Amino acid sequence: MSALVERFDQRARREADRIGSTVVHRGELLRHPVYTRVLHWLVAISFILSLLSGFAIYSPTLFKFLAPLFGGGPRTRLLHPWFGLFFNIFFLFQFLNWLTPMLWTEVDTRWLKRIKRYTTNEDKVEPPDVGFFNGGQKLYFWAIVLSGLLFLITGLLMWFDDVVPRWIVAVSYVVHDLAALLMLAGFIIHIYEGTAAIPGTFRAMTNGTVTQKWAWTHHPAWYRDVTGRDPSEDLERVRRRQAERARTLEMWERQQDEREKVPPPTTGT
Amino acid sequence: MSNPQTFQIQEISAHPGSVPGQGTQRAVEVCKYIDVTTCIGCKACEVACVEWNDHPFRETTFDNTYQTMPSTEWNYWNLIKFAEDERDGNLMWLMRKDQCMHCEDPGCLRACPADGAIIKYENGIVDFQQENCIGCGYCISGCPFDIPKFNEKTKKVYKCTLCSDRVGEGLEPACIKACPTGCLHFGTKDDMVQIANTRAKQLREESGFADAGVYDPQSIGGTHVIYVLHDIKRPQRYGLPANPVIPPSYTYWKWLAKPTGLLMAGLGLLAVFFHRVSVGPMLPQPEDPAPIERQPDILEAKRKEQP
Repeated sequence: MSALVERFDQRARREADRIGSTVVHRGELLRHPVYTRVLHWLVAISFILSLLSGFAIYSPTLFKFLAPLFGGGPRTRLLHPWFGLFFNIFFLFQFLNWLTPMLWTEVDTRWLKRIKRYTTNEDKVEPPDVGFFNGGQKLYFWAIVLSGLLFLITGLLMWFDDVVPRWIVAVSYVVHDLAALLMLAGFIIHIYEGTAAIPGTFRAMTNGTVTQKWAWTHHPAWYRDVTGRDPSEDLERVRRRQAERARTLEMWERQQDEREKVPPPTTGT
Repeated sequence: MSNPQTFQIQEISAHPGSVPGQGTQRAVEVCKYIDVTTCIGCKACEVACVEWNDHPFRETTFDNTYQTMPSTEWNYWNLIKFAEDERDGNLMWLMRKDQCMHCEDPGCLRACPADGAIIKYENGIVDFQQENCIGCGYCISGCPFDIPKFNEKTKKVYKCTLCSDRVGEGLEPACIKACPTGCLHFGTKDDMVQIANTRAKQLREESGFADAGVYDPQSIGGTHVIYVLHDIKRPQRYGLPANPVIPPSYTYWKWLAKPTGLLMAGLGLLAVFFHRVSVGPMLPQPEDPAPIERQPDILEAKRKEQP
């Protein structure tokens, strides 16, 4: 079974790379191939459509704002289960594609224990054992697996409410909402981390590449795996060179200042 | 659907904000009273309902009983339910007119997520507004009496209106008008409860039905359709729930937990925004240009200069 999935995924990746392409420039690393990127955005689009149409039905206050986006209440109601179904189908492929790198290890448990240091940016670079995905990403992945399953089961129960007993529909209603809130919490963090919180991440899902700097900062073990080099040594080397370059530049600037008779900067008094 | 100038709306489903005009009219609560003990199962009320509402005729289901079909349908709002029971070793044939109960606390309205799809008038009638219905079917699971029915073609839900169009014009519902035995009555809630209680007392004292009583379930705040039953202790015999309840999914969850969830989502958005503003991004190392180790604190320097 797993061999079959592996074969399917490899074939899908090959086919996707044949149609699309990923250009890796100097100083960059391939992060996500075409297949992964396309799947990611299919999942993302169907999720956002499900979220918006679902929120229209979730909250009477949001109903008036969100239902018009889909052409009114009845159409929102009509489309929402289909958006959700497509989300589940696309995510199934992403699940198979990512199952192996997303398996939980003790590295992730360690990562999770220092979540406070992570959120407060205590460390400039991640611990050397953080691989392709860190503990937070894996947690989000498994949260999607869980809520995706809950969505699917309770969604089908509510979709076919003419054959499902009344109380099961009523309970499904609550479970569906809980799954949505779990998903939304992860979604907010996911978007934030992927854009504003960690610059240089978003391009991994558009161009498919990241800079080497980004790789040794956020996923050192992955950097070691794909380049065969020590991430901390490479970082130190670049840091040294940068310091040297800065010193040289400063010296040159001071010389220029002396030649142009620019007074030295004061402390603002 | 009725003339809104005749009826003042009391509650609107999924309506953010207040109900315009709520409590500005003096309205009398109406009520239908059904005396099952004098019902003969003639089904005149079924026909009157179909006639008045101009419903298309539909096939009936014959299952070796007198009942027209197993349950009410989207275009068959009024159904006499037949049940066979035993009393003192003899057969007792129960007939009950089944239709919307027009609950004081309507489960359908609580469950509805569409603004204005279900409204409750000050006079107690609960009415579906199909033009606002989105066809989600939540009302079906919200109803303790299994009354709202889905129309696959129009994707809308329908049920008895208590002839709000007739009541708005000062007429009684069509079923009441058709009843030949006088087992159906229509009037104010107070009057109907009084007549029903008198009848139940009569049944208890004069007809030997010691457990006769009025079915007006207080678990949903009472209903605007009440019954007099031979045996109030076992309403299940007539296909009525003893203690009808609305699932908490449509009450506490909807009005307490859901807004709390939304609030948490909003706080989450604020949290990430202020995380960016205060903690800042995690940049690829080494940062270019390199950060200055210690930034001169201009204000602090100025303060120190003061004597």
